[in-house]
Amino acid sequence: MAAFGTGARQLQGRGGSPGFRFTLYALLSIVIMFLDERSHWLENARYFLQAAAYPVQLAVSSPSAAWSWLQESFATRDELRKENNRLRAQQRAIEIRSMRFDALQKENAELRGLKEALPAVAERWEVAEVVDVELNSLRQRVLLNRGTSNGVFKGQAVMDEKGLLGQTLHVGPWSSEVILITDPEHAVPVQIERNGLRTIAVGAGDTASLALPYLPANADVKTGDLLMTSGLGGVFPAGYPVARITEVHHDAVQPLAQVRAAPLARIDLDREAVLVWFRPDHPAAPGTATMSDSKTGNARIQPLPAPPRAVTAPAAGTAPAAGTGAEARTSANAGASGSKSTAAAKPSPAAKPTPSPTTHAAVPPRESGASASEAAGTPRAERPQTPRSEPPRSKPTETGASPTATEGAKSPAAAAVPPSPEPAAPPKPSPAATPPPEQQ
Amino acid sequence: MNSEPRFRMVLTTLVALILTVLPLPPWMDPARPAFLVLTVLYWSIAAPRAGGIALGWFGGLALDVFQGPVLGQHALALALITYIFVREHQKIRSKPAFQQALIVFAAIVIYEFIVFAIDGWSGHPITSSARWLHSVTSAMIWPFAAAFLTHRYGRSS
Repeated sequence: MAAFGTGARQLQGRGGSPGFRFTLYALLSIVIMFLDERSHWLENARYFLQAAAYPVQLAVSSPSAAWSWLQESFATRDELRKENNRLRAQQRAIEIRSMRFDALQKENAELRGLKEALPAVAERWEVAEVVDVELNSLRQRVLLNRGTSNGVFKGQAVMDEKGLLGQTLHVGPWSSEVILITDPEHAVPVQIERNGLRTIAVGAGDTASLALPYLPANADVKTGDLLMTSGLGGVFPAGYPVARITEVHHDAVQPLAQVRAAPLARIDLDREAVLVWFRPDHPAAPGTATMSDSKTGNARIQPLPAPPRAVTAPAAGTAPAAGTGAEARTSANAGASGSKSTAAAKPSPAAKPTPSPTTHAAVPPRESGASASEAAGTPRAERPQTPRSEPPRSKPTETGASPTATEGAKSPAAAAVPPSPEPAAPPKPSPAATPPPEQQ
Repeated sequence: MNSEPRFRMVLTTLVALILTVLPLPPWMDPARPAFLVLTVLYWSIAAPRAGGIALGWFGGLALDVFQGPVLGQHALALALITYIFVREHQKIRSKPAFQQALIVFAAIVIYEFIVFAIDGWSGHPITSSARWLHSVTSAMIWPFAAAFLTHRYGRSS
């Protein structure tokens, strides 16, 4: 290194010797670290620092943004037309799928004994652009171009059109940092859609997989099971799709099963994400962080006094109970058609003393109902026809079961002990029944 | 020491910061050289009075804003190795490039160790061995980075 410039005649400039200055800076950083970690005094400082950092982050993302802009502007007419056709077909498919949504929602409200249908749990959403991406094994974060000036708050749910993406971690005035569900420091309380088994999905530091480390070896979990948010933890509302189980290993030596799942959201491809605001008074809305606090529930949706229970049509989320539950499960697995569920519901008066279907049924998501019923097989879509022809007796059964499940999303005790006189055998709640609040 | 070299110093540090936070494909990311650290180290031996510990500290703080779980983490680590380099700048400067690279390697290992320790203290321990990889790549790139900075910015100061 030939031409290092400055001579070092004297290092003592303003501010004392290097040793003194270093001590000063070291103390300063220790104080900052302590304040940042142990108390939250530095939230405001972070807010301004994030604002200051935003231009740099924009600059960092500009090459890829410019590249995609170029690609878009040079896309040929033919390609555009193709894309247009594809989008139109997609829109038609979605419209057809949601055609009966309003009717079904009303029906659902009627069955639950509500005066009017609940509004969707998502109150408002906003599409944000992904400005910066950090996807390595240590940190899985993205930066969105929306901040407090758009009403974004810390701990807000972020999704894409396929499923859950993550939650906001640091929010600046014009930008917010999102911790993805695949970040090794992130855990999301989930529920298996098929049987309502609750557990926690932890990020594995890889955009393609989540780990479910807390499932016992005998847990009823299969490859292909859909995981949805359970509504515990106070950040995400219940019933949003998260991931699909990809592999299940039972090791005879290990007390826990080794389970992996693939997130539904296309985490490494997304250029856009959706920030969602939820109605706080909605029963499916994320409660406050403490689980004992069930005040957030809507008073109208309290579980009804337990009616005499019957084996109802195997709903999408029927859990395997003892005895008759087994056949309920098989029929549910077989994708019970409408006629079959009618047959299953008819002998209800006779089947009274049998154990109730356990009430772990996954809360049907309000607005993603179409995809959920699709994923769960057909029964849910067929259901509206059946109760109409039934004696009114089957209605309370339905109403009794479902709101309990709704409530159970907030207070696991209520779900684990169904209020029926005949104690059913609820599927063992996994250790995740009392998950820690998500890391913020 | 007028304000001109400081301007260069801040400019190169900013560019290095951008290079450090630039998104890279996941398989390349652990091997990304610590550009910011290299630049700060270069300036702390090339112009120990102008930048030095303050440059290291503020550069580290900026990095914390982008990717630190705790504010002040990289600032502390970078301030420490900058201090070592500022103190020993005459010795380090007179070494041939290969030995400088070894010293830089040691410095970045110290840096990473501090970051690692603070990660553990603040409850985000990441024990993957991939986090040490960039000390090797940084040391390998040091001679070129230093030559580039000297050629481009170091001559007239």
